[in-house]
Amino acid sequence: MNRQMKSILFYSLVVVVVIFSVFPFYYAIVTSFRSGQELFNPSVFPTSFTMGNYFSIFKEQPFGLNILNSVIVATSVVVLSLIIAVTASYALARIHFRGRGLLLMTILSVSMFPQVAILSGMYELIRSMGLYNSLPGLIIPNTVLTLPFTVWVLTTFMKELPKELEEAAVVDGASPLTIVRRIFLPLMWPAMVTTGLLAFIGAWNEFLFALTFTLSNEVRTVPVAIALMSGATEYELPWGNIMAASVLVTVPIVVLVLVFQRKIVAGLTAGAVKG
Amino acid sequence: MADVTLKGIVKDFGSTRIIHGVDLQIKDRELIVFVGPSGCGKSTLLRLIAGLEDITDGDMFIDGDLVNQRSPKERKIAMVFQSYALYPHMNVYENMAFGLELSKHSKEDIKEKVMEAARILELTPLLERKPKQLSGGQRQRVAIGRAIVRNPKVFLFDEPLSNLDAALRVQMRIEIAKLHQDMDATMVYVTHDQVEAMTLADRIVVLNAGRIEQVGSPLELYHRPRNKFVAGFIGSPKMNFIEAQVTSVAEDGVELSVIGSDPVKVVVDPTGLAVGDKVEFGIRPEHMGSGTEGELSGKVEVIEELGESHFLHVRLTDGSLITVQGRGDATAKAGESCKVKLDCSHAHVFGGDGFAFSKLGTLGQHENTATLEGA
Repeated sequence: MNRQMKSILFYSLVVVVVIFSVFPFYYAIVTSFRSGQELFNPSVFPTSFTMGNYFSIFKEQPFGLNILNSVIVATSVVVLSLIIAVTASYALARIHFRGRGLLLMTILSVSMFPQVAILSGMYELIRSMGLYNSLPGLIIPNTVLTLPFTVWVLTTFMKELPKELEEAAVVDGASPLTIVRRIFLPLMWPAMVTTGLLAFIGAWNEFLFALTFTLSNEVRTVPVAIALMSGATEYELPWGNIMAASVLVTVPIVVLVLVFQRKIVAGLTAGAVKG
Repeated sequence: MADVTLKGIVKDFGSTRIIHGVDLQIKDRELIVFVGPSGCGKSTLLRLIAGLEDITDGDMFIDGDLVNQRSPKERKIAMVFQSYALYPHMNVYENMAFGLELSKHSKEDIKEKVMEAARILELTPLLERKPKQLSGGQRQRVAIGRAIVRNPKVFLFDEPLSNLDAALRVQMRIEIAKLHQDMDATMVYVTHDQVEAMTLADRIVVLNAGRIEQVGSPLELYHRPRNKFVAGFIGSPKMNFIEAQVTSVAEDGVELSVIGSDPVKVVVDPTGLAVGDKVEFGIRPEHMGSGTEGELSGKVEVIEELGESHFLHVRLTDGSLITVQGRGDATAKAGESCKVKLDCSHAHVFGGDGFAFSKLGTLGQHENTATLEGA
């Protein structure tokens, strides 16, 4: 009896948690399939089904281009930040130099600044480099934003790799770059996937920079494009379109996570040293 | 293959001096073993030879070339690590081929060399396996294979067997000895296990606190330790040290009274000794016997039976505890009084500074035949 109570309590808690985390997304999907007056129906269950919103978002604005922009920006941010972070973390984890601890602490503290705090400074930088209202003008700030976290995580991971592996490679005649490329990268694959995925999601959803550093709709990324969607009149918010667009851009992220979480296999370093 | 010369090698870590001016000549095709207690600097010395640590002061020559500034690869050394350090994402073949690949050997050349090494080490059926699918001994063989394929001038082993269980350790020890015979290679081997040192080495280097205590063949260290440290470190169980007083000095040796016993004669060079001097009398457990007769008397405290032999831990009248080895099963019982007989032809005398007075006469067969039949 007692056991039954326990499991009932457990599952009711699970249901509450699931409802809280899934409901907003579910409501967005339901709304995205409604149109016209149906949009203002407060029912939580699907009452009508039209694909109209999904077509209209591509007709009324360059939403396809916005998606492409987001893909370009997010992918570039991931590639750039991983290249920089892996090399930086090798130095931070494996090379002894004066001020290493201070540098690591600085990196960690910097990652805690709210985005707004660096917004105006970043704006000046981007403008002085002549990158205002261009994709590189989004890629660079987003990379800067994600790097402290990426460097910190990869440094921690790299510190865990046995030092003797590196020494064995040195004896085998490997240069530092070869060591990173041939020995560390394959072993750091799980960490790279995790941090890369987080960097991608961060850049994909980033709103503040994308809003501030762009002017025309052709270089906007998806979050800004959705926020700036306008209806037929000034006073109408096109909820159907907004929801359809939101659902559409969330799907690739969900797919990415599902695909890569299988690749995140633990214990890849097993067997390197004694076991 | 090559000889290795160390001249006044010094290594500091920060302000701490780890290696204090080591001079050593490692001959071509020699298997030399560094032994010492943990923290004595033996691994550091090996890493200095490898080039994994920078030399603070002194010169190192491999094959006649000054190598102080050279990378491990340029020194043409190969190293086997204590933890094996196999690349976990590569299979056995790739692990062994990695170094050759980096030095731009052709594919056929790599294959030939790896296959040859695999054949020698009996790894051929395992080439496709990843390190985690191998047992400890197999991993160790792969680590050795990785060293062999590069055909280095010097092989360096950093406690390669200490992660293996006892039975496997004996087996791998024999394999390394065989490998040394087959390959005619210069090898430097670091261990804290003196059985490994005794069985493998052409010469043993005993290190203590960053200094060389003695260099010599295993039997030389066993029979003629230069000082108390070497005497205590080589041999298991360790040598007994008992306080003694010089009662007479002659040209062919000295007579000592060991804690009040009748004088016993030890054949050492008596230079510097005078009647009445306090010295330490050193004798190994295997050169003593227990029974009803003997120079020393004491009480048996603990008995350890090994089957083929036994150890008696005897508390002497002056309160010191000594170990006596005997053949077969022990006849004494714990708590009983007993006499300890000394075979003084194998005894040593150490002065107050810890140095041994050198033994007279030649070492060799006649000493070994002077076995002691316990009373």
